[in-house]
Amino acid sequence: MTTYTAALGGRSHRFDGLAALLAAASPERSGDRLAGLAAESAQARVAARWALAEVPLAQFLAEPVIPYEDDDVTRLIVDTHDAAAFAPVAGLTVGEFREWLLSSTADAGALAALAPGLTPEMVAAVSKLMGNADLVAVARKVRVVTAFRSTIGLPGRLATRLQPNHPTDDPAGVAAALLDGLLLGSGDAVIGINPATDSPKAVRDLLELLDGVIARYDIPTQSCVLCHVTTSIDLMERGAPVDLVFQSIAGTQAANASFGVTLGLLDEAHEGAKALGRGTVGHNALYFETGQGSALSADAHHGVDQQTVEARAYAVARRYDPLLVNTVVGFIGPEYLYDGRQILRAALEDHFCGKLLGLPMGLDICYTNHADADDDDIATMLTMLGVAGASFVICTPGGDDIMLNYQSASYHDALYLREVLGLRPAPEFEAWLERIGLLDDGGGIRDVAGTAHPLMTIGKELAA
Amino acid sequence: MTDRQLADLVRALVVPESDAAMWASLRTHTQARIGLGRAGSALPTRHRLELQAAHAAARDAVHSPFEPELVAAALTGVPTVRVRSAAPDRLTYLQRPDLGRRLDDLDRAHLPRGDWDVVFVVADGLSSRAVHEHAAAVIRATTSLLPGDWSVAPVVLAEQARVALGDDIAHALGATMVVVLIGERPGMSAADSLGAYLTYAPVPGTTTDADRNCLSNIRPPLGLSHGAAAAKLAALMGRARELGATGVALKDEFSPPPPLPVP
Repeated sequence: MTTYTAALGGRSHRFDGLAALLAAASPERSGDRLAGLAAESAQARVAARWALAEVPLAQFLAEPVIPYEDDDVTRLIVDTHDAAAFAPVAGLTVGEFREWLLSSTADAGALAALAPGLTPEMVAAVSKLMGNADLVAVARKVRVVTAFRSTIGLPGRLATRLQPNHPTDDPAGVAAALLDGLLLGSGDAVIGINPATDSPKAVRDLLELLDGVIARYDIPTQSCVLCHVTTSIDLMERGAPVDLVFQSIAGTQAANASFGVTLGLLDEAHEGAKALGRGTVGHNALYFETGQGSALSADAHHGVDQQTVEARAYAVARRYDPLLVNTVVGFIGPEYLYDGRQILRAALEDHFCGKLLGLPMGLDICYTNHADADDDDIATMLTMLGVAGASFVICTPGGDDIMLNYQSASYHDALYLREVLGLRPAPEFEAWLERIGLLDDGGGIRDVAGTAHPLMTIGKELAA
Repeated sequence: MTDRQLADLVRALVVPESDAAMWASLRTHTQARIGLGRAGSALPTRHRLELQAAHAAARDAVHSPFEPELVAAALTGVPTVRVRSAAPDRLTYLQRPDLGRRLDDLDRAHLPRGDWDVVFVVADGLSSRAVHEHAAAVIRATTSLLPGDWSVAPVVLAEQARVALGDDIAHALGATMVVVLIGERPGMSAADSLGAYLTYAPVPGTTTDADRNCLSNIRPPLGLSHGAAAAKLAALMGRARELGATGVALKDEFSPPPPLPVP
């Protein structure tokens, strides 16, 4: 084990091993404190950053934070590392890498070419030396474009996941929330439901419902019912209309095992989804959710801080060329991210790390009622992540998810973000909005309340 | 504000009758906040304030102090004992789940050891309001349904408590089974929801959620009633006693709610 030291505040600070150094360098968060990994003082944290800035990027290849023989995520990271892609930054330290990323040399092309050469630990390390503004400035230069029936991640675009959850999966209740979202121009990233149960029949009913709506109104988007990957594999074999295969994933083998997931299962799901060929403008067919704290919550973090473990989940995700990846950043609760400030920091870190590793990164900008956060934190996060170029955000009616009991962004929040930053929906979806008369002259969403708009007519049919 | 924005605002506030009727009808299928209208791109004032009111109720539920004497008073004639977890205050409780699962060392010594079949633990959890409003009634109704041969320990009123604190309590008392009645995490539409967790032969630190059976959403009149919760609990307790186990081993004919998906 390598020992890292730095002198600060009249004393020498010592960190045994790269994992301990990364943890001590992390911005303050309750989860690292809970795990006993946080820096022992504010000065120790800065000392760790001084030491980390001096570490060569190549050291991360030589010293895995979790041993190769113990963990298949480490094996995936090491075995798929692209040395040729890494070459442009192979001689840099973490501190120099931060400056390189912020320089004009690191443009969209250079960053895209570099992605396969970066490991999650390198990206996590450099994020710990960056301020929130740095995380925005670098992430917004990265372009990750994916497609299925709509194209995600183009410049000047922001997509939304329409999330019409219902506590009992009542079809009429889901349809009502779905209609509400469509009327507010939401749903170009995916129409995605968290089912109340994982029963294959319940999931299939929801899939049929969404497939019916998408087909009937010819909406250029994709559906997803966020069930366990084994349920999706089963349903694909039975011919259910599965667009995107979903799975929650984490950054260690043991944490994935606690989700009932192995890389082998994901391989199988990936093959199955590709074979269906349901995409029209592209074939990225997987959808992953992640979130800081899940490995600690499963007691499977191996002494690695929660942000670094989170970045490792992105190595799992990128193996499958997903259409969408999002961190459910504020869902896990205050024992991991205590307040709006910690959630914002984590949101910026996750988006930055995901994008740098080549993922179509979006966010569920959210909080729970026992965390010290409110709708103003949502507004702050949305605005910063919009500027940072997030691929998509999750939207719920009024920002209140009545199934999962947490607060997310609302359909209105997405309208706000598009309005103030001049962002537009995915091009195929935008054309559809135009076709059905929902687009106003300025590219915003027309308010069709009180008109005989076709979607309002659907609502009246549903209500009848 | 421009004339255009003003017109938008007025339109959003005065939804035409046919639309209002449509949304009212759709709202019979879901509690989701649909058809809110618009003020420009934003929410109309009324809906923004309604959301804030719901959030305020949830926040107050999380941070209102637990008053064990209220529950003790509602349990007239039933012996009670008060304990605290190792989390000294709410701030620590929220950040240190491990401390909320462990008894305060001084309080552990106060628990009367005995040959108890069951102990009921009233735990504040994330909503003391839920506990104040529902816990005593559920305990009364449940004990009235238990056969006469059950020995029931004094009811333990626990502050800054998580579900697993019940394992530590049962272990210290020598109770075979523990029922933890705990305030659930408040949502925007329910700040007073009580959960009940049944665990047979718990071992502190080893027992997991897979070893428990759970009833959720005890919250009359909108959720499960006290009587219905008691009937389910008493039935589960009887079967746990026969089987010598709870959790996945004790398949629940009442179809327990699915666990919350983890991110």
